[in-house]
Amino acid sequence: MNTKTPNGPLSPGNVFRRFFLLLGDFGLVFFQTLRNIFRKPLEKNIFLQQLEEVGVRSLPVVILTSAFGGLVFSLQTYVGFHRYVGPGSEAYGGPIISLGLCKEFIPILVGLMVSGRVGSAMAAEIGTMKITEQIDALYSLGADPNKYLVVPRTLACIFMLPCLTLFGDAIGITAGYFYNVVLMKVNGVVYLRNTLIYLELWDILSGLIKAAFFGLIIAIVGCWQGMKTEGGAKGVGKATTVTVVVASISILIVNFFLSKALPATLSQ
Amino acid sequence: MIRIENLHKSFGNNKVLLGINLKIEKGESMCIIGQSGSGKSVLIKHMIGLLKPDEGKIFIDGMEVTGLGEREWMSVRKKFGMLFQGAALFDSLTVGQNVRFGLERYTDYSDTHIDEIVRDSLEKVGLIGIEHLMPHELSGGMKKRVALARAIAYSPEIVLYDEPSTGIDPIRADAINDMIIMLKKEMKITSVVITHDIISAYKVSDRIAMLYQGKIIQTGSPEDIRHSDHPVIQQFIKGEAQGPIENW
Ligand SMILES: Nc1ncnc2c1ncn2[C@@H]1O[C@H](COP(=O)(O)OP(=O)(O)O)[C@@H](O)[C@H]1O
Ligand SMILES: [Mg+2]
Repeated sequence: MNTKTPNGPLSPGNVFRRFFLLLGDFGLVFFQTLRNIFRKPLEKNIFLQQLEEVGVRSLPVVILTSAFGGLVFSLQTYVGFHRYVGPGSEAYGGPIISLGLCKEFIPILVGLMVSGRVGSAMAAEIGTMKITEQIDALYSLGADPNKYLVVPRTLACIFMLPCLTLFGDAIGITAGYFYNVVLMKVNGVVYLRNTLIYLELWDILSGLIKAAFFGLIIAIVGCWQGMKTEGGAKGVGKATTVTVVVASISILIVNFFLSKALPATLSQ
Repeated sequence: MIRIENLHKSFGNNKVLLGINLKIEKGESMCIIGQSGSGKSVLIKHMIGLLKPDEGKIFIDGMEVTGLGEREWMSVRKKFGMLFQGAALFDSLTVGQNVRFGLERYTDYSDTHIDEIVRDSLEKVGLIGIEHLMPHELSGGMKKRVALARAIAYSPEIVLYDEPSTGIDPIRADAINDMIIMLKKEMKITSVVITHDIISAYKVSDRIAMLYQGKIIQTGSPEDIRHSDHPVIQQFIKGEAQGPIENW
């Protein structure tokens, strides 16, 4: 709570120093949270509230984005097969669409949407508590703000992001089927059979694992920015903006490395 | 009870406290006066471990708390109740949940017993039957009283008041002063009151300390302060724009 980033001219040395101070600051929140997750008791009420906030209330956004994400993805896959493999081959697009959606498209979409919706709200709520001395009040009343505020939010995000992603997978795949079979009159039997043969359970699972990491990123970045808010309403605004930017970029970067690290398939 | 030795604190280049020495005895009520921005809140936050000193020592009941870790501070903080400048009620919790917050963490009383104490504490500050209200439904004066009920609910030995009468009308402010006096008498609480309102300071305190340019320039009874020949104190208690104090 006493770490401060130095202000001053943007000399290379200063930028470097600032970057590592920020990183250290973030790391502190990160490791404190991981440690506190295993310390009882869990703040159940806040955890349940956050499950609703992160999960249930994100459903409309996830439904809309997954549906339209699935539609455009299918549209271009159809164009691709039609053009390069030839008319009649469009039904082979089924597994490609499902694979792309489950492994990359939906987890990223859900991650970005939830950063914007939930990560920013966490930064704003905790940031407001910070500037109105509610964080100090927590300390004075025997509560550890990390345990009281950050841990339930982090757990809720880690748990809910995979759930939302699974839900989005179903919507996206359905949208893909709808576009190909219903709108473009692709052979439905071939489309479905190919999908069922070539889509593995691991394709879905690895997407869910990634989503859990994205949840962790969103919650920690949002709470970290909230806890270090200062300077009134302007500071709260800045914390929300920084949260969305940092969480979104981190999700895209971490996503690449997870895609690389997780095996492409589990069956030999 | 609380002893502060040579306390220094800066934020970046802003040197706020430059060697504070202060002793607050058990059961007394000490007022710290000083202009806005002189570091009164910073000083009081050191007493409860919300800020850590750059230099100097703090003793609570004879125990040095300066180097304590966060977990050890938790058990020291149990002795303190704090009324924050802006009340700092948790705005996602009801009045009742706010007042019981410390009780749930500092005591192992049963739920029904906690309910009773919550009712008693609210009654002490003159509020009855408002447990179910949310903080945003309360007026400024009521918020401060709820915050006071929350700070005293778990019977702390020391209560820190950060500008208890600022931002509310004079009549309500005086009612808060009466409450501070009543709590001191009834519960034998040690009080540390921060204020820039000299009338309140005379009324509630046994001793007054004046904070100026990072140091305590004088400590004494209200009478001593009233008759002080220190020009800064004279200017402060008379509220004059002209004098040694600049940059208000
Ligand atoms: N957490 C903080 N970070 C940086 N500066 C602070 C912080 N808290 C207080 N200050 C600075 O310390 C000085 C004293 O503030 P404060 O103790 O709030 O004054 P007051 O006597 O009005 O309560 C101010 O200049 C303020 O800007
Ligand atoms: Mg203050």
